[in-house]
Amino acid sequence: MESHKIEKLLEKYFEANTTVAEEETLRMYFNEESVSTHLVQYAPMFQYMTHAKEERFTKQVPIKTGKRKLVFRWVSAAAAIALLAGVYFTRTSEDSLEDSYTQEEIAAAEEALSLLAMNFNKGTDQLEHLEEFDKNTTKFLNK
Amino acid sequence: MPFKDKLYRLAKRLLTSREEAEDATQEILMKLWAKNQAMDSYKNVEAFAMTMTKNFCLDRLKSKQASNLKLVHSNYDDGSTSLHKQIEIKDSLSWVERILEELPEQQKLVVQLRDVEQYDFEEIAQMLDMEVGTVRVTLSRARKTIREKLVQKHNYGIA
Repeated sequence: MESHKIEKLLEKYFEANTTVAEEETLRMYFNEESVSTHLVQYAPMFQYMTHAKEERFTKQVPIKTGKRKLVFRWVSAAAAIALLAGVYFTRTSEDSLEDSYTQEEIAAAEEALSLLAMNFNKGTDQLEHLEEFDKNTTKFLNK
Repeated sequence: MPFKDKLYRLAKRLLTSREEAEDATQEILMKLWAKNQAMDSYKNVEAFAMTMTKNFCLDRLKSKQASNLKLVHSNYDDGSTSLHKQIEIKDSLSWVERILEELPEQQKLVVQLRDVEQYDFEEIAQMLDMEVGTVRVTLSRARKTIREKLVQKHNYGIA
């Protein structure tokens, strides 16, 4: 590449009128060994720009993947459904009393309970005497 | 992410520190990931990500300035008399890097996007929310400043 062409391009370059392609030509020229002595002072500029483009981002980024989040969402939804289902089934199984006991067993239980109630009532009847006693003691105390 | 290097280089241009730039890039990538679903609705994801990075870094710089802190980077050794530095001064590429560090932020951005990443003027205008004409003017100004300073250093080196 003749140096006067480069000079012209440089002039355009400093007025920011060059295209990307023209700038690429300048880069190529200045990255080669044979740069004209009067243009050598511009070389670092273009060499630096080329060099700067080679820098890489090497740090590892700890990205939480969206997939995992989605899985978590599904699992929590499934868990909620399972919980509700569990509650529903345990509730509904309670009202089937006739299923778990035979007719005789229920009758026996009823008899036993009525017997208990009868005896309990007998006990409460006895308490009426206590009430009479209570009346008389208060009479004494008020005197 | 195919353009994560571009995001990182832009962040580094603005924040100068490698660690800060890495953190910023990570942050941006996470944000992009969180917006995963909405991504399709953006016409140009890359331009969107670049704009996000630009805004994030500028905010970061602003908050650092507000709290009277300066971003200090240890990317290059600054010992004044060390042999290391003497060698580095000869390294003309690091001159350019330092010159770029001194540019105003707008100019840094434009130079980074045009001269390093080689985007079209229209793309840059979209990313930075500027007029194409303004982008050209800013770029021209930045390039001339770089030339001026480079020539100064070049002559100084010879004399």
